[in-house]
Amino acid sequence: MKRLILALGLTLTGPALADTVNGLKTVDEFSAIESESERSVAVFQEMMKVIESPRCLNCHPRGDSPLQGDDMHVHMPPVQRGAADFGAPGMYCTTCHGSQNVAFATGAGSIPGHTPWQLAPIEMAWVGKTAPEICDQLKDPARNGDRSLAEIHEHMAEDGLVGWGWEPGKGRTPAPGNQQVLGELVQAWIDTGAMCPES
Amino acid sequence: MTTFTINGKDVTVDVEADTPLLWVVRDELRLTGSKFGCGVAQCGACTMMVDGMPRRTCVTPVGTVDGSSIETIEGLEGPEVAAITAAWEGLDVPQCGWCQSGQIVSATALLREIPKPTDDDIDAAMAGNVCRCATYVRIRQAIHDAADSMEG
Repeated sequence: MKRLILALGLTLTGPALADTVNGLKTVDEFSAIESESERSVAVFQEMMKVIESPRCLNCHPRGDSPLQGDDMHVHMPPVQRGAADFGAPGMYCTTCHGSQNVAFATGAGSIPGHTPWQLAPIEMAWVGKTAPEICDQLKDPARNGDRSLAEIHEHMAEDGLVGWGWEPGKGRTPAPGNQQVLGELVQAWIDTGAMCPES
Repeated sequence: MTTFTINGKDVTVDVEADTPLLWVVRDELRLTGSKFGCGVAQCGACTMMVDGMPRRTCVTPVGTVDGSSIETIEGLEGPEVAAITAAWEGLDVPQCGWCQSGQIVSATALLREIPKPTDDDIDAAMAGNVCRCATYVRIRQAIHDAADSMEG
């Protein structure tokens, strides 16, 4: 009987849903913050852990070149953004990037892939920006692809190319957490007023 | 088994689906004009047309081109590649020649989209085709010459 109680106790107490997942806190971990606006800001700061991941920033560059790798170096070969954020005529992203990650046949590493594979438009550039700047940008239809907050949630929680950030292939560190936890954070941020940090 | 068309001919190959297309074309189909250079999509020597678009075939699993139409340097046809070939010969563009089939496939792709490319268009389109003999100046001029000959 003592064993049963112990087992039940373990089942009920852990692992708690609130546990941080792969370096990303879950929504439950912010429930102790009483002020809704403060909770909103804290949740956004947690979202920033993903947004600032090389997996996201590399394709949200501020210039006309994508970045590459965990050290965010300029993409090699020296490709260009192009008119449709998809490369230049004769050298589109799909010249090299296919529908899936492909391990190199002759050595370590892999080339990433997904359909579609493209850059975020220049108005959605994140590299070099602060959390308040990115927060304002995310809420600004002129700089977020004319998305409502619900559509921002959909992009972060369900978009396949965003989801690639957690399955980036050999040689690249996945974004913190997972797409489900990020989606829950984004929803919690929206539900608490989508507040932005001041610094 | 993977089935595709290569230079207009239907083929079926019995290889592992993750085998690079370049391996299959060179070793199974014995079309050796496309070269292995780096194996990591950095040099462009392996470029072929896949469904009309240039593609680095050292990072293209053959299983992903099932049902596709492949064109290699041996079978590439059309006014653009004809003009480029003539311009290449006119300027004696190749030196060692290793990268040249990839260069010609990429240049053909460019001219199919931009018949009269600027230097910037050429640099952007050819940025992923490396030439260890550094024939870049002749390559760029030959693309201009090919464009001019098509215009006339």
